[in-house]
Amino acid sequence: MKSAVVLLPGLNRDRDMIAALTKISGHAPATVWQTDTVIPDVDLIVIPGGFSYGDYLRCGAIAARTPVMRAVAEKAAQGVMVMGVCNGFQILLETGLLPGALMRNASLKFVCREVKLEVANANTAFTRAYEPGQIIRCPVAHHDGNYFADPETLARIEGNGQVVFRYAEGTNPNGSINNIAGVMNEAGNVLGLMPHPENLIEAAHGGSDGRALFEGVLGIAA
Amino acid sequence: MIKARVTVTLKTGVLDPQGKAIEGALGTLGFAGVGHVRQGKVFDIELDGSDKAKAEADLKAMCEKLLANTVIENYSVTLI
Repeated sequence: MKSAVVLLPGLNRDRDMIAALTKISGHAPATVWQTDTVIPDVDLIVIPGGFSYGDYLRCGAIAARTPVMRAVAEKAAQGVMVMGVCNGFQILLETGLLPGALMRNASLKFVCREVKLEVANANTAFTRAYEPGQIIRCPVAHHDGNYFADPETLARIEGNGQVVFRYAEGTNPNGSINNIAGVMNEAGNVLGLMPHPENLIEAAHGGSDGRALFEGVLGIAA
Repeated sequence: MIKARVTVTLKTGVLDPQGKAIEGALGTLGFAGVGHVRQGKVFDIELDGSDKAKAEADLKAMCEKLLANTVIENYSVTLI
């Protein structure tokens, strides 16, 4: 399975993401830059975390209007899998590929710690290597991860099973509505999440709970 | 040249932790009777030409496409 990683000025988790994809799939992902209008023929496009364009205007707002993101949106419409982590999640929301918005953490503080995540929907192309309701460990590091959606949107995504990850009881680090940590689109090929599964894939990280997400999305049996 | 001011504010019902913090700080400074505080953004924009109707239409499109996230924010445009 071939993958590509989107590079934008100000992202800083791109190397971690490339390392995770390379180690788990056995192949280095292609990389695409902000001005690229063509994305190579891949099965998975990943937008890593960081602070693209200095978080100017709103997190992910400027990145969402770049040529490369227009190309990502076209690929997503064709059914290519797209995953955004942290700033990548914010960018996918600003692009309109995912429902809702991410706001400043309710605590107003940057949070950098480990949380527990519940796999709220294991019946997705992304989470199929997890058990339904499985609780996993995962690091978070963000200032704007407070998920919000209006009541109608919230009811719709909850009803459709589009809430893929939730912060487990008592570990919500940012005030997200319904403890939402990750959502996917209705078609099921675009996922965004605030936590960093790429930073918990091997013993050197202190655990490998994030690995199954990559194994699922890359179609690799655990 | 046309000058415009665009104001972007959070929609009613959207939690505004920064506004809450400012509200608390105003109370700490001794300003009594301060109700809810909501934080927003202001953009002063200069546009070439003198067609006000076109300017308003362009500014509205700018708000929809970039200046506001209409999931959580409202906007208003004033020519000044």
